[in-house]
Amino acid sequence: MADPRVNGGQSAPPRRLSWNDPDVRSVVYQVVAVALVGIIGWFLVSNTLHNLSIRNISTGFHFLGREAGFAIGESPIAYGPENTYSRAILVGILNTIRIAVIGVILATIIGTVIGIARLSKNWLVAKLSMIYVEVIRNVPLLLQLFFWYAIITEMLPGPRQALNVMPGVFMSNRGIKVPAPTEHFAFDLAAIGFLLAFVLIFIMVNLAKKRQDATGKAFPVYRGGILLLVGMPLLGWLIGGAPWELDVPKLQGFNFVGGATLTPEFAALLFGLVLYTAGFIAEVVRSGIQAVNYGQWEAASAIGLSRSQTLRLIVLPQSLRVIIPPMTSQYLNLTKNSSLAVAIGYPDIVSIANTTLNQTGQAIEGIMIIMAVYLSISLSISVFMNWYNKHIALVER
Amino acid sequence: MTTATESLPPPTATSGPIAWMRERLFSSPLNIILTVLAVWLVLMSLPPFIEWALIKANFTANTSQECRAGGGACWAFIGQKYRLMLFGLYPYDEQWRPLIAAIIMIGMIIASGMQRFWNMSLPIIWVGGLIAVAVLMWGGIFGLRYVEDTQWGGLPLTLILSTFGIALAFPFGVLLALGRRSRMPAIKTLCVLYIELIRGVPLISMLFMSSVMLPLFLPEGFSIDKLLRAQIAIIMFAAAYLAEVVRGGLQAIPKGQYEGADSLGLSYAQKMGFVVLPQALKIVIPPLCSLFIAVFKDTSLVVIIGIYDLMQSTKVALTDSAWRGFSIEAYVFVSAIYFIFCYGMSKYSQNLEVRLATGHKR
Repeated sequence: MADPRVNGGQSAPPRRLSWNDPDVRSVVYQVVAVALVGIIGWFLVSNTLHNLSIRNISTGFHFLGREAGFAIGESPIAYGPENTYSRAILVGILNTIRIAVIGVILATIIGTVIGIARLSKNWLVAKLSMIYVEVIRNVPLLLQLFFWYAIITEMLPGPRQALNVMPGVFMSNRGIKVPAPTEHFAFDLAAIGFLLAFVLIFIMVNLAKKRQDATGKAFPVYRGGILLLVGMPLLGWLIGGAPWELDVPKLQGFNFVGGATLTPEFAALLFGLVLYTAGFIAEVVRSGIQAVNYGQWEAASAIGLSRSQTLRLIVLPQSLRVIIPPMTSQYLNLTKNSSLAVAIGYPDIVSIANTTLNQTGQAIEGIMIIMAVYLSISLSISVFMNWYNKHIALVER
Repeated sequence: MTTATESLPPPTATSGPIAWMRERLFSSPLNIILTVLAVWLVLMSLPPFIEWALIKANFTANTSQECRAGGGACWAFIGQKYRLMLFGLYPYDEQWRPLIAAIIMIGMIIASGMQRFWNMSLPIIWVGGLIAVAVLMWGGIFGLRYVEDTQWGGLPLTLILSTFGIALAFPFGVLLALGRRSRMPAIKTLCVLYIELIRGVPLISMLFMSSVMLPLFLPEGFSIDKLLRAQIAIIMFAAAYLAEVVRGGLQAIPKGQYEGADSLGLSYAQKMGFVVLPQALKIVIPPLCSLFIAVFKDTSLVVIIGIYDLMQSTKVALTDSAWRGFSIEAYVFVSAIYFIFCYGMSKYSQNLEVRLATGHKR
C-alpha cells in the first residue's frame, strides 16, 4: 500500500489504521515500550515493598533524624557520634566536595604541564612525560590508591622517627603534618584581599581588552594578575600587623600536636586521584594542542612571536575549544572516582551512606542519597562547563 | 677600501648524535634547564629503584625474616603467593582449569582484534569460547569436579567480568544508541534517562545497588548469587557508556547513507542492519577498545563488594601473617599484569585507528 501522504498533499483519502502506516507503528512501539518499562517497574516496586514488609523495614527518610552513633575520621564541620544521620551525611557530602575541588584544581595544573611537556622539543622531557602518561593510564585507579595508601602507612616511619622533609613538615604513617598559622584576624584580612584580587583582575581584564580594542596597546594582564593575586593578600596580612607565629607541629608523647594534618586516607586519595586524572588530562591537552593547524604556528613565527607567545596567544585559545568538552568529562570522572575513597577509608559520601545503610537497613534510601548527590554534582559541573564552553566558543558570522 | 671578507665557519654538524643532542636537548637556555631537571629526576629515582628492585632484592627466600634482611624488594613473596593472587580460592589441584579458561578468553580477545575474523565466525568464536569457559570454571560434567562460583577468583574472574560485561552490554548499548537517535519521543526519553542516569553516578553505587538492592527487587524465595549480581551491574554500566560511543558513530555517518537506504525502500531494520550500523561500528572500534580497557580496569572495583577478582585475591594474599608487609611488591606485580593487558590493548587500538582511517574523513 502506498503512503497516502505522497499524493502531493491533495485530496488525501481518509486514513485507516494500518500496520503499514509509520505513524501508527511508532505509536504502537512507544506504547509497548512504555508499558513494558511500567510493568517491570511495577514488578520491582511491588516485590521490594513486599520484601521490606517481611523484614520489617519501613520506607522513608525518617531515619535521617535519628542519632548516628558512629564516629567520622575527619570532618570540615563539627560532628560527633551523638549527631544525627543527616549531619553525618552532610559531612560526607562536604568531604566529597572538598576532595573533588582540590583534586580538580591540582589535576588540571599537573595535567596541563605534562600535556605540554609531551609535545616539548626536548627529547628527554617528552619521553619522560610519555612514560608517565602510559603507566598511569593503564593501571586501575583502585590499585594506585592502595599503592599510595600502602606507601604512606607502611613505608613511612612512625611519628617518633617521622621524616622531616622541610622545617616544620613531618611525614609519618599518621599522615603529613604541616605548620598552620595561628588564629589571627590578619589572615582573615588576607583572605579578603585574595577575594578582592579576583574582582580586580576581572575589572582589569575587561579594561585591558577595551583599551586594546581602542588603541591596539596590549596590557600585561598575566603579570598584573599575578601581582594582584600575591599583593592583595600580602597587603591584608601587613595591615593586620604581619603576625609571624606559626603553629608548628611538635612531637609530644606518641604523636604530634599542633599544625594541620593531611590524614593518610586524604593524602592517599588526593595523590591517587590527582596523578591518575592528570594522566588523562595530559592526553586531552596534547590532542587539543595538536588539533590546532600547524599553519597557525608557522604564521605566528612568521610575524615574530616567540614559542611561548605563540602557545599562549595563538594556540591555546584555539585549542581550548577542543579541550573543554573532554576536560568536563575528566572533571566528572574525578568526582565520581572519589567514591573509591570507601576502599581506603576516607569518609566521603559513599562510605558514610554505606555505613548508614548497614546500620539502619535503609538500603534504598541510602543508595538514593548517593545517586542524588552525584547526579547533582555532575549536573552542576556540566552546567558550569557548558556555560564556560559557550563563553569561549568561536563566534561565527 | 675593500677588505677580504672573512669566510664564515662551516655550518655545525646537522646530523649525527652530537647534532641530535644539540637540537633536541640543548637548543635554548630553557631547554638546557629542562634537560638538567629531567636528568636530575631520572638520577634521583632510577638508581634507588634498581637497587631496591634488583640488586638488593631477594628472589628465593623461604621466610619473611630472611627476605626482609636484604633491605630490598621481596620477590620471593610473589613466588610464594602467585597462585593465590592469580586464581584466588579456586581448589589448588584444579587450578589448571581457570588457567586454560583465562587463555581461552585472552585468545577470544585477540581473535576479536583480528580483521580476518570480522564476519560471522566472530559470534561463533565467542559463543563457543564462553561455553568452554563456563564448562571449565563450573565443571560438573565431563568428569570435572563441580566448583561453586564463590570459589572463583583472580585473573580469570577479572577477565570473565570484563569480557562477559562488554559482550553482553554490546547489544543493549546498540539498542540504546538507536533509541536515543529515534524520532519516537517516548522511546527517546526512556533511553536518554537511562544513559544519563547511569553515566551520572559512580560504578561503585551501581555495585552497591546490585549487592544490597537486587535481592529486594526479586520475588520472595528467588535469589541470584553475588557474582551474577556484580556482573549485571557491570553490564548495565557498560551498556550506557557503549551507547554513547555507538551514538558517536551513528552521528558520523553522512546523511546521504540514510537517504540512500531510504530511497532503495529498505525498512528501518534493513537500513540500520545493512547500511548504517556496519559503517558506524567500524568507525567506533578504537573508542570501543578504550571502553574495553576502562571496563577491564573498572572490574577491580568489585573488591568493594567482596568478590575475589585479581585485586581482592592479592589483598587476601597480603593478609597472611607469616608474610606481612610486602604490599608494595604485590601491588607492583599486579600493576604489571594490568599494565601488560591495558597497554597491549591501547597500542593495538592506536594501530587499528591508523589502519581504519579510510574514507570517513570529510
